[in-house]
Amino acid sequence: MIEVQSLCKSFKVSKRKAGIGAAIGSFFNPQYRTVEALKNISFTIGEGEIVGYIGPNGAGKSTTIKVMSGILVPDSGRCNIQEITPWKNRINHVKNIGVVFGQRSQLWWDLPVLDSFNLLKDIYKVPEKEYQNNLDLLTATLDLSDIMTTPVRQLSLGQRMRCEIAASLLHSPKILFLDEPTIGLDAISKIAVRNFIKTINKEKKVTVILTTHDMNDIDTLAERIILIGKGQILLDGALTELKRKFATHKTITVDYSELYSDINIEGIRILSQENQRLSLSVPLDRFNVSEVIGQLSQQMEIMDVSVENRPIEEIIVDLYKEHQL
Amino acid sequence: MKLYFKYMSVLLRSQMAYRASFILLSIGQFFVPFLAFISIVLFFQRFPSVVGWSLYQVALCYSVVHMAFAISECCVRGFDSFSSLIVNGDFDRILVRPRSTVLQVLGSKFEFTRVGRLTQSLVVLIYALINLDVQWSPYKLLTLLFMIISGVFIFSGIYILGATLCFWTVEGLEVVNILTDGGREMAQYPLNIYKDWMRKFFTFVIPFGTINYLPLMFIFDKTEGNSLVYMLIPLVGILFIIPCLMIWGFGVKQYQSTGS
Repeated sequence: MIEVQSLCKSFKVSKRKAGIGAAIGSFFNPQYRTVEALKNISFTIGEGEIVGYIGPNGAGKSTTIKVMSGILVPDSGRCNIQEITPWKNRINHVKNIGVVFGQRSQLWWDLPVLDSFNLLKDIYKVPEKEYQNNLDLLTATLDLSDIMTTPVRQLSLGQRMRCEIAASLLHSPKILFLDEPTIGLDAISKIAVRNFIKTINKEKKVTVILTTHDMNDIDTLAERIILIGKGQILLDGALTELKRKFATHKTITVDYSELYSDINIEGIRILSQENQRLSLSVPLDRFNVSEVIGQLSQQMEIMDVSVENRPIEEIIVDLYKEHQL
Repeated sequence: MKLYFKYMSVLLRSQMAYRASFILLSIGQFFVPFLAFISIVLFFQRFPSVVGWSLYQVALCYSVVHMAFAISECCVRGFDSFSSLIVNGDFDRILVRPRSTVLQVLGSKFEFTRVGRLTQSLVVLIYALINLDVQWSPYKLLTLLFMIISGVFIFSGIYILGATLCFWTVEGLEVVNILTDGGREMAQYPLNIYKDWMRKFFTFVIPFGTINYLPLMFIFDKTEGNSLVYMLIPLVGILFIIPCLMIWGFGVKQYQSTGS
């Protein structure tokens, strides 16, 4: 469905030192340095996938999204999305995609939400029936009915983001690009947005490409992640696989009422022990979690046990470190 | 085209949300250029004619140019204020929608307060028509209409050129005002009162001559030879838009490859 092959893109950035003298100097003799935003990016994404596209700021995420949505022409490389090269056949390509830039609105500031939607209907030439169906579905699932007649400028950020997402789906696109869709949202709005993205992915088979800095987004949504840094793909794989590879430890937390003897198991690190609560870090290559719990139960009166994976944030930070980003 | 009017009606509604500011701006748009016209009238009280043109003849020329200017400022405002689309990054949004960039930029903004300037030029036009001693014929009225339409296209072309400049720089766009505001000030007088090089520039480069001096000759029966040529000459001015649109297309391509 989406095929990207050896994309390269570099920008010329003007070089200028601080100060008025340097400003005048660069006016007469502009100096440029070349920044390679994308270096040989390749991946394929199949229909119905949700892919988390992650990386630190300036890694090339937005540039890739811009190339895939037909805004930018790459220096070299191929990109084939539903048999179309985005920058060669812009109008036909963008009919099939929806794009949400979290930081920028696509709605008309002074207009009621419904008016914006109607205008989009005409821009995308959506047939009346399809439009009504989509609108009804989106209004119901995103809970928009109360804010339909409110001018966009009066909406809260969470309300606006729900409208943005609805607006990008009115023309039933097959592919949805989400650039930081949960930025600045409160916890409830974040959950609502995530649930919705899951729903349309399941029910309408919409392929979703998601960039975000919020690892909970990735954890709840993406089955696959592509990690990009300094314009190169560092890792491309299933999220579970990533977790398996990097989640080498589990954390066991036990609440106990009585301790028979000191806890000291060779190879297991005690993270904390206070107020009758004990946290242990268990390396999975040497221990089996249930065995450890069994051993513990002989040494203490256990009230409660919980076993946790390493949070995905830590894994990503490790990944960044490993690749020295 | 249908979409263009849809944009227009929707944006008209949103501009109406700020009623007081709309009314005040419209009134301002009426009086500011009207004062300029008063000064022309005063000027003609000292000198009865300028290079053979009377006050009413100049008034006709003035009203045509200002009408064309007002209409283009209202309807092509999107190009006039295009730099803001680039600065905000809203042009990216335009590129991910399945319509031509020209249509979407046109639809991005309208300046309805220009209705004030339009009314002002209508008043002057009526004033000129009443006082002019001209044998009107359907052909002449048609020519007058052509002049206004062609004028709209010429001003629009200049706006598009100015907007295209934004793909390279968003500073220093004042240069374009020399052509729009400057062109308007120039073209409100018949061009033959100016120096030769200026007349040539505003006829062959920016074709204000085609809505001004040449058809005016036909309306005031000063032509020699085939008057049909003079009558149709405003339509030539419309062609000015074609190279402007081509340059625009080139600018869009440039933007997509540099992504500044």
